[in-house]
Amino acid sequence: MDEVTSSLKEAPDSVREADAPRDSLVARFGNDQPLKLDAGVSLSPFQIAYRTYGTLNADRSNAVLICHALTGDQHVVGTHPVTKKSGWWETLVGPGKPVDTDRYFVICSNVVGGCMGTSGPASINPATGKPWGLDFPVITIRDMVRAQAMLLDHLGIDSLFAVVGGSMGGMQVLQWAESFPERVFTALPIACATRHSAQNIAFHEVGRQAIMADPEWRGGRYHLEGSNPRRGLAVARMGAHITYLSDAALHRKFGRKFQDRENPTFSFDADFQVESYLRHQGISFVERFDANSYLYLTRAMDYFDLAADHNGVLANAFRGTPTRFCVISFTSDWLFPTSESRAIVHALNASSARVSFAEIVSDKGHDAFLLDEPEMFGIVRGFLDGASKARGLKSAKVG
Amino acid sequence: MLSRSDPRLSANIVRTAGGARVDLVMVADMVERGAKVLDVGCGDGELLRLLSERRDVDGRGIELSREGVNECVAKGLAVVQGDADTDLGDYPDDAFDYVILSQTLQATRQPRVVLEHMLRIGRHAIVSFPNFGHWSVRLQLTFAGHMPRTEILPYSWYDTPNIHHCTIKDFVQLCTAIGVKMEKSVALNAWGSPLRLNAPWWFWNLFGQQAVFLLSRKS
Repeated sequence: MDEVTSSLKEAPDSVREADAPRDSLVARFGNDQPLKLDAGVSLSPFQIAYRTYGTLNADRSNAVLICHALTGDQHVVGTHPVTKKSGWWETLVGPGKPVDTDRYFVICSNVVGGCMGTSGPASINPATGKPWGLDFPVITIRDMVRAQAMLLDHLGIDSLFAVVGGSMGGMQVLQWAESFPERVFTALPIACATRHSAQNIAFHEVGRQAIMADPEWRGGRYHLEGSNPRRGLAVARMGAHITYLSDAALHRKFGRKFQDRENPTFSFDADFQVESYLRHQGISFVERFDANSYLYLTRAMDYFDLAADHNGVLANAFRGTPTRFCVISFTSDWLFPTSESRAIVHALNASSARVSFAEIVSDKGHDAFLLDEPEMFGIVRGFLDGASKARGLKSAKVG
Repeated sequence: MLSRSDPRLSANIVRTAGGARVDLVMVADMVERGAKVLDVGCGDGELLRLLSERRDVDGRGIELSREGVNECVAKGLAVVQGDADTDLGDYPDDAFDYVILSQTLQATRQPRVVLEHMLRIGRHAIVSFPNFGHWSVRLQLTFAGHMPRTEILPYSWYDTPNIHHCTIKDFVQLCTAIGVKMEKSVALNAWGSPLRLNAPWWFWNLFGQQAVFLLSRKS
């Protein structure tokens, strides 16, 4: 135990956040409430870190679940305890925003397998008193959704007015609609797909190999051995970050401009601004994220294939669904291109589901869903307004 | 394909005192209250909104133009981006009570296939289209010798999205050919008034500027 305590003292913030998240609420599930995982094992006991915004109305009908992306967390709005930056979706969520916290009760929880307070590989394994590392069971998108459903049960919320998420968050939205259709009034899967493509799996594998090739990774036991695979995780982040942008956006932002110099140095310094930018992205990511968590969450995305659970027929995943869908994609997103969203829409049409679908013109790539995209805001606001009338939610401030 | 949000089209279409387009009101009047409706080529969602207000329908839309779709979704309408020629095949049989194609038939690549899909997906189909047999069209071609341009067909031959013009007579023949039952039909003159119901087909074909048909499958 001493060994653990001493190594944790030097551990980055992400390790402390993994067990004792700041500025968050924590729901603890004991041995009587195990999380049954797709891997065939149960996780028990475990905990979920979450935040809420706004007020739950009297008939508990205005709850909105936000599902975060691969490297996101529960800090949708408000200062992040580690980075001290503002919440990751403050463009979309907040008072008067399209997901209006004056009207809706917004919940966001850290996914299972994450490192911001929900049980994951950086958390302490209660059986050993040491960080789980690779002993943590492999999790899936469906496991994340099961855990969120347990959180809602814990909060006494039967039915969600909306489930909203982009990228890996969008996968959770689709999984929610498939697993618990009667609990989801509206679903907004943004910039996502019903399965991870071979190309996406390939990119993830490069990231994982970068982490595992770092000698500091120590077979995933770095928390115990007082090391941290910073370089590997930074390289993984740098590679992934390119896939979140677009050629046009990179060119607009950086072109071939030099970083703080007039001429090339004829060395391997970060001569170009784009190199310097990527290095910064990699280094700052390491400060807030756990390398093993990155392995687990990318794996969960790779395993996601909603149609596979229905004999390859995606439409069967949504047959007879009562949920109203709003699918959104971006023209320059090549990680989750519009064709993937269109496949979702085709399946929903084939199930005669109530679906809206909009493609938004943006040159900002996959990351556009997190950025200032007024057309997306108008669509989300209009869609939720229409749905709130159908649900009988009062347009006046509730609570 | 023509979009109803296209100002070149809608600016010249007659409106009621309340501001609604006369042809859309005609369409709306053919729909039973509370029905499930698919509007193919729904433009900026004017008909869907009219149907929702007047007939309390569960409405969905397909629209080709991205601007039209995004405007509809922001209004809270269930609309997807899609093409009548390619995307109707995705919908299952009997998914809707009515499938509506308003002022769009002449812009499809395969009008017959589109019409057959409409009557597969819906129990009823409602089709409205500009009548190419109207006297002003005939006069322009016969005496002026150029491709007709009218209030509701304002395009030049080289930039028109309308690639399959038909007359009322042509449309009736298509319905007969594919074994469709014509339940109701209305022809509107240039002032947006319906022509006499007991008028013969040749009269409609000459004086109807546009026509609206309610169709169903022959059982």
